Amino acid sequence: MHTMGIERKKIHPHKYSLWIAMGSITMMFIGFTSAYIVKRSQANWLAFELPHIFWLSTAIILLSSLTVHLALKQFKERNMQRYKQLITITAILGVVFAACQWIGFVQLKNSGLPLSGPVSASFIYVIVGVHMLHVLGGVVALLIMFGRAYRTRVRTYSAVPIEVAATYWHFVDILWIYLLIFLSIAR
Amino acid sequence: MSNEATLHSQQEVMHGAHDHHDHDHHHEDSFISKYVFSMDHKMIAKQFLITGIVWAIIGAFFSVLFRLQLGFPDATFPWLESILGHWAKGGRITAEAYYALVTMHGTILVFFVLTAGLSGTFSNLLIPLQVGARDMASPFMNCLSYWFFFLASLVMMASLFVQTGPASGGWTMYPPLSALGDASIGSKIGVDLWLTSMALFVVSQLLGGLNYISTILNMRTQGMAMTKMPLTIWSFFFTAVLGVLSFPVLLSGFILLLMDRHAGTSFYLSDIFIAGKALANEGGSAILYQHLFWFLGHPEVYIIILPAMGMVSEVLAVSSRKPIFGYLAMIGSLFAICILAFLVWAHHMFVTGLNPFLGAFFVLLTLLIAVPSAIKVFNWLTTIWKGNINFSPAALFSIGFVSTFISGGLTGIWLGNSSIDIHLHDTMFVIAHFHIVMGVSAFFGMFAGIYHWFPKMYGRFMNNTIGYIHFWVTMVGAYLIFWPMHYEGMAGMPRRYYDVSQWASFKQFGGLNEFITIVVILVFAVQLLFVFNFFYSIFKGRKMTTENPWKATSLEWTTPIHAGHGNWPGEIPVVHRWAYDYSKDGRDFIPQTEPIGPNEVVH
Repeated sequence: MHTMGIERKKIHPHKYSLWIAMGSITMMFIGFTSAYIVKRSQANWLAFELPHIFWLSTAIILLSSLTVHLALKQFKERNMQRYKQLITITAILGVVFAACQWIGFVQLKNSGLPLSGPVSASFIYVIVGVHMLHVLGGVVALLIMFGRAYRTRVRTYSAVPIEVAATYWHFVDILWIYLLIFLSIAR
Repeated sequence: MSNEATLHSQQEVMHGAHDHHDHDHHHEDSFISKYVFSMDHKMIAKQFLITGIVWAIIGAFFSVLFRLQLGFPDATFPWLESILGHWAKGGRITAEAYYALVTMHGTILVFFVLTAGLSGTFSNLLIPLQVGARDMASPFMNCLSYWFFFLASLVMMASLFVQTGPASGGWTMYPPLSALGDASIGSKIGVDLWLTSMALFVVSQLLGGLNYISTILNMRTQGMAMTKMPLTIWSFFFTAVLGVLSFPVLLSGFILLLMDRHAGTSFYLSDIFIAGKALANEGGSAILYQHLFWFLGHPEVYIIILPAMGMVSEVLAVSSRKPIFGYLAMIGSLFAICILAFLVWAHHMFVTGLNPFLGAFFVLLTLLIAVPSAIKVFNWLTTIWKGNINFSPAALFSIGFVSTFISGGLTGIWLGNSSIDIHLHDTMFVIAHFHIVMGVSAFFGMFAGIYHWFPKMYGRFMNNTIGYIHFWVTMVGAYLIFWPMHYEGMAGMPRRYYDVSQWASFKQFGGLNEFITIVVILVFAVQLLFVFNFFYSIFKGRKMTTENPWKATSLEWTTPIHAGHGNWPGEIPVVHRWAYDYSKDGRDFIPQTEPIGPNEVVH
């Protein structure tokens, strides 16, 4: 049993993998934002205001972080009904967030800044779009959690998958806030 | 959380980490679950290796084909037309086909063989076995990692058969050739397939890398402190760190490139004229792509060479029956190389109009890599110094690795100096340098690993006689191929040119180019002999009769000859000592599992 005592101190391998994956995703966005900085210092850079709806989407993703946190709390307390509601709300908020970003793209396009326009606008589409895809990936993970919650055949009550999904969700939230601040300041 | 819930959660950690595989061990696997969609790291290692070997044959064959053009630019080979069709009309490779062959050779060998084939194989095989784990942190993700690689392989393979041919703008895929579909015939759908394949490849590498790091940090058996791990594991660890931090940046560069190709953006394009007509793109910079590419591109060199370094360290210690010299210095130098690998990318860009001050900075950092590299070479040499060396094919390839690493590394000092690099840039000198240091060396490390761990993979030995022929022809051949290229490069002979005989100043190298091509064919033939030896030995090789044929100390040799999924049938062994207790206290070797004696001096 001595071995088990040592094992208990360890972080679950999936959580570990997630932290490394988040480092990896961060590097991709560092690549994008570094390219943005390099381009910004060159000629033909056009500065413009970000679509206002991005601020609304920020509020939505912040709210979703709160709901996923509460969902995890409810799960640990075995309050499954409440957990299912909160995980559903989080997934819906994720989809709404993506929809807001899409509306932002439409607003940009309508203001004369299409994807194939100035490089500064192209960067917004790419950076925000790739982040949006990461959010949608999180929505899929949440829907899987939701499906599992309804599965009655095997119920292990392992909090690990939900903890992993919640951590990822907080990560995409923080990543968005970083991107928003970056894109607002480095225009 | 209640105490009961806490215990439950803790048991789940155990379940995920280890016990799960115990159960698998007793299951009867179907053919599909055992050989195709296997989650056993040992089987996934074999999948990576065999796919890598297939790619190596294709990639090397491509080099034979374009070397025919370089060696015999005026000759015709009618049989070429039967293989390449209109790409070799009249028996002479067309310029378009030549550039496609060069591009695909580089892509295949760098990514599909020396990254996935080398690191994918041995990280998968050895990490759980040497750290004492039942499997990877996530066997499912590990399985996915191989299948993403396989998918990437299929897409890249498909690009060879499209009407306009595969990508042909060079393996670095620089814009504008890669960003504009109309730039050349090799800029059409071949580039899209290349980018798609590479995106899948990056996903594969990330899934693999996450697993390697998590397993090493989190799933070591009892007693396996980080400082007791074999150097193979340290090298795989740093390789994975390099991969998970640099491949995403490459992916970001590829996404921007895809947007330029298909969404009308201008990240990399500006002031372009095609057939006298100005394109709409403005505000882009091709140099931006180079920054993003080489931020991966340079660590990629070490992603290729670090696993080879680790395996060579292991094989040299086992073969010379001596403890590795300077174990901590070896780890420190790996770490230093890992850090510096991220800080030198712009030495590939000295001729792009880089600010000279910045250039000097990158020269300094580049030359600093010589220090940890020299430490490693010194320690390898002192490890085998006065050792009782068993010159097995694995040992010979390891010594060959040290030799080529020294000679290739020394020419790196030339290229690392911006003032010399400006003259040598894009010449055959560069080709010679990187082929010796990251092509031949990495392959030698891979061969050493295959010969050494083949019994662990298949329970049989490879044929030694064929192994010796393989080594000597490859070793001598590699120097005969690449050494003369340095002189060609110093004389200014450019790389990638379809027919250098058109320039009077390079005509003098006609005979030398013929000679190199003949040696290339010979070396390629002997690689086919190796492939024969490999596959023949899987079925007909001499059988293993003991678990530990090389009398090695590390944990992988404590598993049964044909270990099932889960590696050890009972408890995972506990580790008490480091991995290099050879020739100690009058004993040939002491396994890591043996407790420390009462009066024993601990390393």
